[in-house]
Amino acid sequence: MRGATHAKWAALAAAVALVATACGGGGDSGGGSGADGIVSSSWGDPQNPLEPSNTNEVQGGKVLSMIFRGLKQYDPKTGEATNMLAESIETTDSTNFTITLKDGWTFSNGEAVTAKSFVDAWNYGASLKNNQKNAFFFGQIEGYDQVHPEEGEPTAQTMSGLKVVDDKTFTVKLTQKFSTWPDTLGYVAFAPLPQSFFDDHAAWLDKPVGNGPYTVASYSKGSQMELKRWDGYPGADKAQNGGVTLKVYTDNNTAYTDLTAGNLDLVDDVPASQLKNVEADLGDRYINVPAGIIQTLGFPFYDPAWNKPGQEKLRQGLSMAINREQITDTIFQKTRTPAVDWTSPVLGEEGGFKDICGDFCKYNAEEAKKLVAEGGGIPGGTMTITYNADTGSHKEWVDAVCNSINNALGNNRACAGNPIGTFADFRSQVSTQKMKGPFRAGWQMDYPLIQNFLQPLYYTNASSNDGKYSDPEFDKLVDQANAESDIAKAVGTFQSAEEVLRDDMGAIPLWYQNGSAGYSERVSNVMLNPFSVPVYDQIKVG
Amino acid sequence: MGRYVIRRLLQMIPVFIGATLLIFLMVNVMGDPIAGLCGDRACDPATAAQLEKEFGLDKPVWQQYLIYMGNLFTGDFGTAFNGQPVTELMASSFPVTIRLTIVAIFFEIVIGISLGVMTGLKRGRPVDTTVLLLTLVVISVPTFVTGLLLQLLLGVEWGWIKPAVSPEAPFNELIVPGLVLASVSLAYVTRLTRTSIAENKRADYVRTATAKGLPRRRVITRHLLRNSLIPVVTFIGADIGALMGGAIVTERIFNIHGVGYQLYQGIVRQSTQTVVGFVTVLVLVFLVANLVVDLLYAVLDPRIRYA
Repeated sequence: MRGATHAKWAALAAAVALVATACGGGGDSGGGSGADGIVSSSWGDPQNPLEPSNTNEVQGGKVLSMIFRGLKQYDPKTGEATNMLAESIETTDSTNFTITLKDGWTFSNGEAVTAKSFVDAWNYGASLKNNQKNAFFFGQIEGYDQVHPEEGEPTAQTMSGLKVVDDKTFTVKLTQKFSTWPDTLGYVAFAPLPQSFFDDHAAWLDKPVGNGPYTVASYSKGSQMELKRWDGYPGADKAQNGGVTLKVYTDNNTAYTDLTAGNLDLVDDVPASQLKNVEADLGDRYINVPAGIIQTLGFPFYDPAWNKPGQEKLRQGLSMAINREQITDTIFQKTRTPAVDWTSPVLGEEGGFKDICGDFCKYNAEEAKKLVAEGGGIPGGTMTITYNADTGSHKEWVDAVCNSINNALGNNRACAGNPIGTFADFRSQVSTQKMKGPFRAGWQMDYPLIQNFLQPLYYTNASSNDGKYSDPEFDKLVDQANAESDIAKAVGTFQSAEEVLRDDMGAIPLWYQNGSAGYSERVSNVMLNPFSVPVYDQIKVG
Repeated sequence: MGRYVIRRLLQMIPVFIGATLLIFLMVNVMGDPIAGLCGDRACDPATAAQLEKEFGLDKPVWQQYLIYMGNLFTGDFGTAFNGQPVTELMASSFPVTIRLTIVAIFFEIVIGISLGVMTGLKRGRPVDTTVLLLTLVVISVPTFVTGLLLQLLLGVEWGWIKPAVSPEAPFNELIVPGLVLASVSLAYVTRLTRTSIAENKRADYVRTATAKGLPRRRVITRHLLRNSLIPVVTFIGADIGALMGGAIVTERIFNIHGVGYQLYQGIVRQSTQTVVGFVTVLVLVFLVANLVVDLLYAVLDPRIRYA
């Protein structure tokens, strides 16, 4: 035992020494400054393997936005789609498209980007065998049914609608008219892939190779990714810094703390609990801008109790019973904007953003009470709003929405929250039509098009139509808009469809979500694009 | 002794099978894990079916369990939803958590037992009262409050430490998190040691040892402390498992990518393979720690013999 006592003291001394050395640390975030400075940024562990057609969440999307460039690129300020790799995308009938590529583009491993790089990547993404979660993005291309049948085995390896003409040209045939289809091509699922992706898939996943302004220098899964500027990048949007280090944080509160302590340059998700302090902590280094995200309340149209004639008045009444201004001010500290339509302000007026909801989205207790009564009242006298309780602090606003409804209707039992433990369970109940009343719904746009806010969500049997809303008039107008070759007219027709949606109140629009970010004094020129992802390549260090 | 160990090891088998089965069923009851994979958008049915097949979720639960256990004996813990083998997740997170646990246990033993001995010997004196009050405070304040407070003061205000631990998580960065993690148990160890020492101080063998003229230091370490440590060792042994699995709060606050964090991710994403795999290993750690504690009894108190 005496020996053990000595060991104890030695260990204690060692610990003291360690504390002492730890004190010396701190303040060495990144390295260098000027054009070669490294930006350190917070990150979350991507949920899926990093493949363009398999990444459907923000964290993986961040990386892909740095290492890939597609046919089109969305302007970080306006969201407008402009040609990137595409020299031209031509069509005469909105169904057959001829795509020509620009010269001089290569992947960072030196391989040239050819028409084949696109066609192979798209065929890979669409194929059922590869389990790609974004496969349905290729659903409009002819032959998708054969490589990705709804049931049974695929009958073809490649889509018949894709043809390589030569190194720089390929053609696409869609199954129906879709005039704004070229503008969807900035979405990351449509990125080209190098041959090495197909030759050694596992190695590629360990260290993805793309054609964007950055290359992956090192990637330790679950903790950190170092991206370096690629000096051979041929595009106009060359990186303004030496690289970006993405650090996985277990909690965005910790990332924020690290930012205030000066160990991190960029946090692109300011935690709700810090919103009160953020102005004082960061001053004008806090960004709060609208993003292409809208939150709504969906209805279970598959439940006979919620799908009776005349109930649109009930839904409209409920919408008017929600005090959006108050909730976005008090609960979200103005990081949400009360909704006035079913799209998003990032589209701009030309893109189709317009106050279509009108009075139905304004708080009016009296009118709300009247409309709910005319609509036959809440089925069964009480309703619940279902949400998942594990992430996103949905409880606060759901309770506030219910309070607002209860107050407006003068009935304390009209509405209550119905939490579900995990997001996965919530999603499985929503997608298998188990909702007994309104439920939380959110939509983050894939590309800044009004089509993307309407068709996937409210078209009959569309991929994300969780409430099974269906209206022949709405469907007809969407089809018409898609076939319209004049973009302005197409947008107008989409807006008419949105009016149908309003008269039915197919879903209650609540608010648009803002992207929020904070950055350190080391960096400047930080902005968020319409997808609320930082425009990493434009950040300047020092 | 040998027979005792073998009997205990054999007893572990049903406990192990029962525990893993329970966890397996619990995770499965939570609902369809594939639904969460596609975000706010429903997976298209064909892809969902394909994914279910790949992860073996299309079979009945009992079959899934048997296949899982079969694979387990070949060292295959399955694949997490992000495509990483669970063994890879373990290889990256267990060393971190083990380091954190070592730091925490070290503080428990060194600070907890020294304070316990000190207060136990001076019962009723001001030192005793002060330490008792302090431990009461530590026990009643939740870990996340202590953690966030220390992070804010030491990390942001004074800049002594980095508020977030780096992915490599070396020992020196784990000192403060380890202290936070240990704090509550540390207070219990202090109180347990104090009571035990105070009780045994009046025991006959201590009086005899003092009467023999042994130096006070030897009386305390050799006779008094050794006999008083049994309840403390039991507590610390059980704590090893608890610290490894229950460090979620501390790991989140200090950005430590350890077992707690991986388990949390696994639960949120409903990744059966991750959760069951990690819990299986934690169950093993718990069982082994318990066995070691039981064996230590005999070392500490020779009157205890195993048949």
